[in-house]
Amino acid sequence: MRSTSFLWNVCKSSFTFGLIGLTVSDRVASVVRVRGLSMSPTFNPPNNTSLGLFTDDHVLVEKRCLTDYKFSHGDVVVFCSPRNYKEKQIKRITGMPGDWISVPFSYDAVRIPEGHCWVEGDNPTDSLDSRSFGPIPLGLIRGRVTHVLWPPQRVGKIDKKLPRSGLSF
Amino acid sequence: MFGKWTAIAKESIDRAAIVARFLCLLHVTNTYIFSPTLVYGPSMLPTLNLTGDVVLSEYISHRLGKVGPGDVVLIQSPENPRKMITKRVVAMEGEVVSFLVDPSRSDRSRTVVVPKGHVWIQGDNIYASNDSRNFGPIPYGLIQGKVWCRVWPIDGFGSL
Repeated sequence: MRSTSFLWNVCKSSFTFGLIGLTVSDRVASVVRVRGLSMSPTFNPPNNTSLGLFTDDHVLVEKRCLTDYKFSHGDVVVFCSPRNYKEKQIKRITGMPGDWISVPFSYDAVRIPEGHCWVEGDNPTDSLDSRSFGPIPLGLIRGRVTHVLWPPQRVGKIDKKLPRSGLSF
Repeated sequence: MFGKWTAIAKESIDRAAIVARFLCLLHVTNTYIFSPTLVYGPSMLPTLNLTGDVVLSEYISHRLGKVGPGDVVLIQSPENPRKMITKRVVAMEGEVVSFLVDPSRSDRSRTVVVPKGHVWIQGDNIYASNDSRNFGPIPYGLIQGKVWCRVWPIDGFGSL
């Protein structure tokens, strides 16, 4: 009898903690592991050791920005990939609605439509971003990256770097 | 005397914890399971009324990839991420869509292939609907839920 009530209490507590944890992770902030080199050197700067669970950067993603979708140039965001909704990517916003972006290696200029944004990785040679799939709707964004939490020697706030190339006016 | 204040503090913390747990349960249910939604507008006539229907929408199918052509879905508008719109899925990625560009003005029709990771949505009332014919195919990630059945008005009760 005592063991079943103990088990029941454990189940109730873990269910409660699960609910609270899920709500906090959806509405306040969560921790995300950064894979890949498309945001070097901001995340996962190049070094000699191979990338793995303990050497990848872990960052804090805040979700309070999802109530009013007020983003600006230089924000690093997590978004669902437009090519595959199951994958999430981390890139920097380099263009907001109404901006004109010049497409590299051609004379075209693309105007970012209402409700969309242009995202690019900080490492242009190794980044699959808006230069391949075009502007993405702001609705795909799932959070904004504010701090690096791991590794300990690089813990700190993310800078808002303004775009180097392309036209924004 | 001090003991009385600690008892009051403990009881208020307990009550607040119950409210917090309830709010978290409400959030998880409304985001991951199902919730009632008020939908209104002319773009889904005659399926949905102009002045507003309350429908039950579920949030499980789209996470499992089980949304298909013919489903009425709730999506975040690609033109304004704060707005939710209700439309029907007409075609999935890789399929070919033929549609009337502007049926109230001309008979012109176009044919488009839906790119990978996207869906083509249209309102049932093609004369008064701002949908994929205007803003193009939308990424699957913008789908927020699938409409399951209508609960208000009562005489329209039942699955759509």
